[in-house]
Amino acid sequence: MPLSHEALQAVWVTLQLASLTTLLLLIIATPLAWWLAHTRSAWRATVGALVALPLVLPPTVLGFYLLVALGPHGPLGQLTLALGLGTLSFTFTGLLLGSLIFSLPFAVQPLQHAFQALGTRPMEVAATLRASPLDAFFSVAVPMTRAGFITAAILTFAHTVGEFGMVLMIGGNIPGKTQVVSTQIYGYVEAMQYGQAHWLAGSMVLFSFAVLLGLGLLNRRNVRVMP
Amino acid sequence: MKRTLTGLVSALCLASGAYAAEVSVAVAANFSAPMQKIATAFERDSGHQAVLSFGSTGKFYAQISHGAPFQILLAADQTTPERLEREGMTVSGKRFTYAIGKLALWSRQPDLVDAQGAVLRSGKFASIALADPRLAPYGAAAIETLGHLDLLKALQAKFVQGENIAQTYQFVATENAPLGFVALSQIYADGLISEGSAWIVPVEFYSPLLQDAVILKTGADNPAAVALADYLRGEKARSIMQSYGYGF
Repeated sequence: MPLSHEALQAVWVTLQLASLTTLLLLIIATPLAWWLAHTRSAWRATVGALVALPLVLPPTVLGFYLLVALGPHGPLGQLTLALGLGTLSFTFTGLLLGSLIFSLPFAVQPLQHAFQALGTRPMEVAATLRASPLDAFFSVAVPMTRAGFITAAILTFAHTVGEFGMVLMIGGNIPGKTQVVSTQIYGYVEAMQYGQAHWLAGSMVLFSFAVLLGLGLLNRRNVRVMP
Repeated sequence: MKRTLTGLVSALCLASGAYAAEVSVAVAANFSAPMQKIATAFERDSGHQAVLSFGSTGKFYAQISHGAPFQILLAADQTTPERLEREGMTVSGKRFTYAIGKLALWSRQPDLVDAQGAVLRSGKFASIALADPRLAPYGAAAIETLGHLDLLKALQAKFVQGENIAQTYQFVATENAPLGFVALSQIYADGLISEGSAWIVPVEFYSPLLQDAVILKTGADNPAAVALADYLRGEKARSIMQSYGYGF
């Protein structure tokens, strides 16, 4: 078996992290992207810039500030302590929080573009047919912007799998909890266990390629089906 | 007269050409603070320039064996310089131990760590930071210490691991981990623990943290590299190291 037990554990943590991040971000990003696509509020540009901000900071820097913020004297740390959650650094929940922030633009932007491209017309038509806004959203807007959702999901998932600097900073490398594939590969490289590193890196690249290819094919088929 | 002047000028040019060389140095993370001071003193005393890069020894190994242009490696261990030597990447016969590191258990809280390290047995902390023992010699020393105290099993579930000793320090400095094993040099200044509370782990609890230096093949003909290697063994450098808690 070329992959050790700890490597497989890291794979499992990575998959959980990437799937949960994708799921939660699609839920968070959808209303946010909808708002950004349709609002005339003066805050639009500001919120749009805030959403894009995680792209600016290098991941280790973002991770460092998260570490400071999550610590017992940081604002987030004080909040979680007050809520009786303890501090979130070195926990899976902490990593998840970091990933949500870090991958936010990758979920919001494709959705926002899809909603903008959709325009207001389909929703107006649905409204004349007496569909409630929510009904119209799920039965008209979502199917019509499916490609946007798939792109957002692909980017978020892939970006979370490839996340490294942030995890390194706030994870603490705990096997089975915060040790993910990227940090594990890095550990192997640093420990000069290049053989293990190659196996794990190779498997990660192949797996990710398969997932991305699969989603891409799915996307193409959907586009073809749509009139 | 004119000829003498020309001779003098060209001699000066030659001399300064040979004199003010530049050496690029890969420095292990735990040694970054003293090395910055040593480099300043070295530049003042020799006229050479030392360009420092800080990082983990494992990363430097990978970079050097793939052609990174470092001329001296100040490693955190002995095995990496030995390995580079075996692989013919170094100027042979020039490896030496420049410092012996010390391990400390440290907390930012002023009363958490006692002078005997008994806090480890109390287990009254949520997590304990150490450097990844596979990657960092200080992490391996921490594991040895816990093994010596027979606390390895009891505390293993509370480990949070930094990728190198600098990151481990960050975990404790930001109080995300209440305490952790760091390099004494990170928390020691002028013979005193600079902040919080600490236990300097007795040296017989772990194998000596011998830190070796090598001149790499790329620096073979660089006078600044040779000068720096000598300087590191000199009195000035050693007194700086000593103020950070290193031994020899």
